[in-house]
Amino acid sequence: MLDVLYFIIPITIASAAPLIFTAIGGVFSERSGVINIGLEGLMIMGAFIGILFNLFFADTFGAWTPWIALIVAMLVSALFATLHAIASISFRADQVVSGVAINMLGLAIALFSVKMIFGKGQTDFIQQKIPRFNVPFLEDIPIIGPMFFKLVYGSSILAIAVAFIAWFVIYKTPFGLRLRSVGEHPMAADTMGIKVTKIRYIAVLISGGLAGIGGAVYSQTITNDFGHATINGQGFMALAAMIFGKWHPLGAMGAALFFGFAQALAISSSSITFLADIPPVYFHIFPYVLTILALAGFLGKAKAPKALGKPYVKGNR
Amino acid sequence: MSNKMINILVPVISIFLGLLVGAIVMLISDYNPITGYMALWNGIFGDSYAIGETIRQISPYLLAGLAVAFAFRTGLFNIGVEGQLIVGWFAAAYVGMAFDLPKIIHLPFALIAAAVAGALWGLVPGILKATLKVHEVIVTIMMNYIALHVVNALIKTLSGGGFKLERIHESASLRSEFLSNLTDYSTLHYGIFVALAMVVVMWFILEKTKTGYELKSVGYNDNAARYAGMSANKNIILAMVISGAFAGLGGAMEALGTFGNMSSMGGFTGIGFDGIAVALLGANTPLGVIFGATLFGSLKYGANNMPNEAGIPVEIVSIIIALVIFFVACGYIIRVGLIRLRNKKEAK
Repeated sequence: MLDVLYFIIPITIASAAPLIFTAIGGVFSERSGVINIGLEGLMIMGAFIGILFNLFFADTFGAWTPWIALIVAMLVSALFATLHAIASISFRADQVVSGVAINMLGLAIALFSVKMIFGKGQTDFIQQKIPRFNVPFLEDIPIIGPMFFKLVYGSSILAIAVAFIAWFVIYKTPFGLRLRSVGEHPMAADTMGIKVTKIRYIAVLISGGLAGIGGAVYSQTITNDFGHATINGQGFMALAAMIFGKWHPLGAMGAALFFGFAQALAISSSSITFLADIPPVYFHIFPYVLTILALAGFLGKAKAPKALGKPYVKGNR
Repeated sequence: MSNKMINILVPVISIFLGLLVGAIVMLISDYNPITGYMALWNGIFGDSYAIGETIRQISPYLLAGLAVAFAFRTGLFNIGVEGQLIVGWFAAAYVGMAFDLPKIIHLPFALIAAAVAGALWGLVPGILKATLKVHEVIVTIMMNYIALHVVNALIKTLSGGGFKLERIHESASLRSEFLSNLTDYSTLHYGIFVALAMVVVMWFILEKTKTGYELKSVGYNDNAARYAGMSANKNIILAMVISGAFAGLGGAMEALGTFGNMSSMGGFTGIGFDGIAVALLGANTPLGVIFGATLFGSLKYGANNMPNEAGIPVEIVSIIIALVIFFVACGYIIRVGLIRLRNKKEAK
């Protein structure tokens, strides 16, 4: 039993990290009242840029490459998210339709560029991966040490840190208060002198940046190259984690970890005796079924921000 | 410039902008956009074979577009067309291979199976929306992934661990020797007539029946509809079921016409998502859907000719389609621009 946990928990944390980044990105956007179905496309962009940067600059930056790649992926995806921001905030586009377009555009641009640059459907494999390491001292704790602190990715620790920072920002800072008020009642927020448009732009850009990091973490820890199926539903799973976590950063992190656990079970079920008989398809659909149940209120009512999905038009009531 | 004119101009301008940005992307990538678009044109209309294949590609787009448009008319957003299409594809392929019946029974049976499968996949978000007020967008997205994984698992089980179902029997096939010969042995099949018949069905339901009137009323203003004694809940469920049935038939086009079987899928077909664009461009009307489906079916098929003739990756067309959706979504700003233009002219 303990062996099973030693095996599964590291996979869980590794698969959850990209979801945590992206889901928290979603929390920022939706807390400000902008639906972001485009998370998948933003993640694709991040995964692609991460690999691209890594391949081209591995010689220049050496072991620092994957980390700089994360920053570059963050910037490019934030820039890409600007399209969604302009459409849904300034141009009052239907946010769902704009998000769908972002998903399609992200995949199309990434694949087009891969064909242009590499002349084939997928990139080469990267040499500089995000490193795994043992956390000193903590790894020696009996039972817990080998589970949580042996061979962890630095990016996983960063993901958990980001979740706590996001919680602090959203609930303990003036910016967070403005963000939430804009998502709940933009009219009232406007009356109080809060710039609704500006806050929403910042929120959507943050969501793009975090989804970009999420994608780049995924491609630089799990696949190590980029092709058409590199990001295949992780963005939507992050969206699910955000809803399941009730639009709360720590809730989203918990849900992402849980989904990571489901993925880890699916990967390793065949090698665990008492799970080997369960077809992996049940683990595959688990997060999606769970999200539907969560939305239906069977797992406690989740309440979306009130102004979610509604463009704010000054002067309208 | 009348309001009606503006309604037509908004999608046309969106398409134009999409093609324009596509040309700019080609220029930046060191390709000649004129050569590129010529290759696209030849890929669509080059010879009778290309025309046949293009028309074949239009049929699933027609049905996907109808599915999205029908839900839209009731104020619902069905992003689950992709999943409904996948289960429809599977149901049709399964019925086609598992049964041995005379054609007059087998083909309709397979088509109905696809429609029912799609309808069931639409029923879930419909019921959840109607009874528990769960937003259909997220549920339908989740249903897409459930469809993908479940169907892949079923294919694996039914084929004894393989990745492909057996071919359907000839008695369930939509293949047509006549259409094929007419178009230089393309894979054009009778599916296009099924799809066009469904366009008429949608028009008939919406414009000629009491149910259609109620569906539209609920979509237009559900409070007013409720006040008039209509059941919004019943109509929401009904709309999702009908929408899902259209989508399921779209899958039957692939199962019974184009491919004749079903293989395990690594990802989505994209037809369901493109259906959103088809419906939006067609302003959610049956006739408009024909226009949108023709455009997207042509672009998608014609794109295959771009690598051969111009050396441009097919993905350029995916970029153009995504941009067109994006610009249609931004229709508000185009509309504002057009109205300003009109007012300026009138002031003179």
